[in-house]
Amino acid sequence: MKVPVSIRGLSKKFGSFEALKDINLDIAPGEFVTLLGPSGSGKTTLLQVLAGFVTPTSGSILVAGEELLTRPPHQREIGLVFQNYALFPHMNVFENIAYPLKLRRLPRSEIETRVRGALDMVRLSQFIDRPVDKLSGGQKQRVALARAIVFEPRILLMDESLSALDKKLREQMQIELRHLHERLHTTTVFVTHDQREALTMSDRIAVINNGALIQFDTPRAIYDRPRTRFVADFVGETTFLPVELGTSGGASVFGTPLRLPDHAGAVAAAQSDSWLALRPEKLALSPAASPETNVNSFSAVARETIFQGDSLLVIAGFPDGQSIAVRLVPQEANRGLVPLPGQPIHINVHRNDSILVSGDV
Amino acid sequence: MLTAAASATQIRHYQRLWLYGLCALIFTFLIVPCVLIVPMSFSASNYLEFPPRAWSLRWYREFFDSAEWMDALWLSLRVAGLTTLIATPIGTAAAYGLSQMPERLTKPLRMSFLLPMIVPNILVAIGVFFVFARLGLNNTVTGLVLVGIMLALPFVLVTVSSGLQSFDGNLERAARSLGATRLQAFLTVTVPQIKSSIAAGALFAFVAAFDEVVIALYISSGENSTLPRRMFANIRDQVDPLVAAVSSVLVVASIVLLLIVQIAKRPEKGAAR
Amino acid sequence: MTGMIAAASSGTADASYFARAERREAWSFALLALPGLVVIGLLLIVPVGWLFVLSFIGKDGGVSLENYARLAQPVYVITFVTTFQIAGIVTLGSILLGYPVAYLLSQLSPRAAAICMIFVILPFWTSVLVRTYAWLVLLQRRGLINSWLVSLGIINEPIPLVNNFIGTTIGMLHVLLPFMILPLYSSMKTIDGDYLKAASSCGASPMRAFWDVFFPLSRPGLFAGTVLVFILSLGFYLTPALLGGGRVSMWSMQIATNVSTYSNWGAASALGVLLLVVTIAILAALNKVFRVDKLYGGR
Repeated sequence: MKVPVSIRGLSKKFGSFEALKDINLDIAPGEFVTLLGPSGSGKTTLLQVLAGFVTPTSGSILVAGEELLTRPPHQREIGLVFQNYALFPHMNVFENIAYPLKLRRLPRSEIETRVRGALDMVRLSQFIDRPVDKLSGGQKQRVALARAIVFEPRILLMDESLSALDKKLREQMQIELRHLHERLHTTTVFVTHDQREALTMSDRIAVINNGALIQFDTPRAIYDRPRTRFVADFVGETTFLPVELGTSGGASVFGTPLRLPDHAGAVAAAQSDSWLALRPEKLALSPAASPETNVNSFSAVARETIFQGDSLLVIAGFPDGQSIAVRLVPQEANRGLVPLPGQPIHINVHRNDSILVSGDV
Repeated sequence: MLTAAASATQIRHYQRLWLYGLCALIFTFLIVPCVLIVPMSFSASNYLEFPPRAWSLRWYREFFDSAEWMDALWLSLRVAGLTTLIATPIGTAAAYGLSQMPERLTKPLRMSFLLPMIVPNILVAIGVFFVFARLGLNNTVTGLVLVGIMLALPFVLVTVSSGLQSFDGNLERAARSLGATRLQAFLTVTVPQIKSSIAAGALFAFVAAFDEVVIALYISSGENSTLPRRMFANIRDQVDPLVAAVSSVLVVASIVLLLIVQIAKRPEKGAAR
Repeated sequence: MTGMIAAASSGTADASYFARAERREAWSFALLALPGLVVIGLLLIVPVGWLFVLSFIGKDGGVSLENYARLAQPVYVITFVTTFQIAGIVTLGSILLGYPVAYLLSQLSPRAAAICMIFVILPFWTSVLVRTYAWLVLLQRRGLINSWLVSLGIINEPIPLVNNFIGTTIGMLHVLLPFMILPLYSSMKTIDGDYLKAASSCGASPMRAFWDVFFPLSRPGLFAGTVLVFILSLGFYLTPALLGGGRVSMWSMQIATNVSTYSNWGAASALGVLLLVVTIAILAALNKVFRVDKLYGGR
């Protein structure tokens, strides 16, 4: 089912604490949106408001044009997958998945067909009669998912649903969820604090901090063009260098004028509190300053080199003492580039990878 | 290092011998009065003696043949049964309501539910007697049941509350998101998960109402004497092995109840994790 | 690119609707507790409140403090002293007997602990009346204890163990000991054994580790048990009434005597109100160190 969801001016106060501050968010029909933020940012509160377990202080949520907030949880037609799965321990796999259908008084045969269909979808058909405490974490996760989609909800909500799984299984489930979403196209809101998970799965990511929506964009845009220092820091490893703004409108770092991408231009540079955000994997090293016109080149001194298997991390220091990480692929071609500690080097970054962000959260 | 650690534990075990001995003595102190009356109840004598010089079942016969004692037993069972039937749902509802409310509101409420445990029984007894006298509730089953409910509520509330505490509230939220109303979610998900706590609460309610004696001393008398009331009078007035027989029946009943509880506890399933 | 859209607050739900919905839910939960509160109100608050009123009514029917003034008479003072003496001894005794038992239970394997627990739970389940009766039998002049003591040559002839202070104290200690052991045990069970290992790896002897680590961590349970036992002792009626043989005058028995023997409701009420005030004052004072609502399982 494809429904648009639009959240308007949603606020929630717990006493004097503002858990949600005027959230406005428009989710397209069938879209997979991730709420990304650190713990305590308000993302789970937003999910609870959507599910109906937290009453907001003010605001509106329209689902297909109709107010959601006046409906009790059981009439919202929202499939919810919990972090700890919340499978009913006194029911087996079949009974768990059949539960929402029984409540809707579907005929027995229809329940049977639908439960089997949902189990097929999560590839667990052979476990239909298992007690739920005899399932592994990944299997419980799938049963919870099957239970949440079996009644064809209008929206699917997932609260840190993969965080209890180990790394390998989590990555596998991310892909599976993605595929499932491509099949069902249910409008989905996924909550996580794991930026990689958010980048992997989402159509769009809503970055939330301190109860406010900071940026709502595609994964690529969030990663490549974060608007604030917080977003840049949260979605990837980043080194921030202070930007000095010239009187003529030009920006410079450590006295070197910056070459910036065309789109960045005035947007962030106009802010007095601007930072240059640099990702380790977008940096290159050279013994001398790069002559290229599209590249910013900063001089630094190598401090140490850390071998990380799939990459080499070179830590270098700027004259003002700040350190920066440069990620090199440990391939033969880069061998000559690995500096010795104490060796002067230049750190180069293409102007299109030179991101200016504002300092506020 | 290793040998030092090993010898430290050895010393501890050796040192613990006195603890084992001491605890054995304390356990004896705790258990002997509960079981010793059983052999005494089989005495043929008119006096309590241990060990009895001759064995017989005469005191059991006397107990089971006596209309008065049987009436008292039957009254106590009725009162305890009715109390359980009423106090369990009331206490469970209260425990659930309190578990859903913010803590700052529930603290005074929880304290008031504990009052029947804190206020001395004798005070409640004369107060209730005074009030019941005006309402004509003395020497009635209704009066005894009302008092039973009041005394049983803290037990039900405490046991069910502790059950609700280990209950994962997300299960209920999951049920509601799947289409269950609050009541449906409570009945189909919460109750099956906390049923052993509810059962324990019910058992406590039964025992609390059945064993009550101080208040019964005032509000039950004559034909309407509960079993403990009659036992109290018998102990005070004539110490003969009849009460030993009644007590033995009660002790055996508590052992059976205890076993039921132990068995019922076992297949309890934890929260889904 | 960013999906920000200017807030266009529309729809049927406004802030007052949400506030109302939240209030309605809170009240519906309070309503669930209502039947229970009504029962406690009618059967506990009303009767005790009535006694409170009665305690301020003098012989002439007017408002007076004479009932309380009379409590300074020697007969009552002796009662108060006896009551506190017995409550103190019983509490101390239950700490001395209860702590080792709870400690042992907490150190045993779960299986062994479950078996030993029967020795605590069975008395706890057995009716107080039955247990008191058993002590009456055990302690009487020709009872088991006396005949053992004589046959062991400790005493020459039976000594009075019942219908006096000793009998009352022993009986109450037996009845109240589980109330000390159970909270102690539940707080000791939560003490991680690794703390003690950590202490001994730091160089503490087992004794030292116990006093520096285990004992402080077991204090919440000790407080709980102490408060419970002391308060229950103060208002105890049944055991002193049967084992005291009329010679041990405890607070609760004075209340009963005033009602049944003298029909003096004013005096009984004043005694009762004072007992309740003392009980609540002790609870409130100790509540600062130990939270009574933890009886619910550590919320």
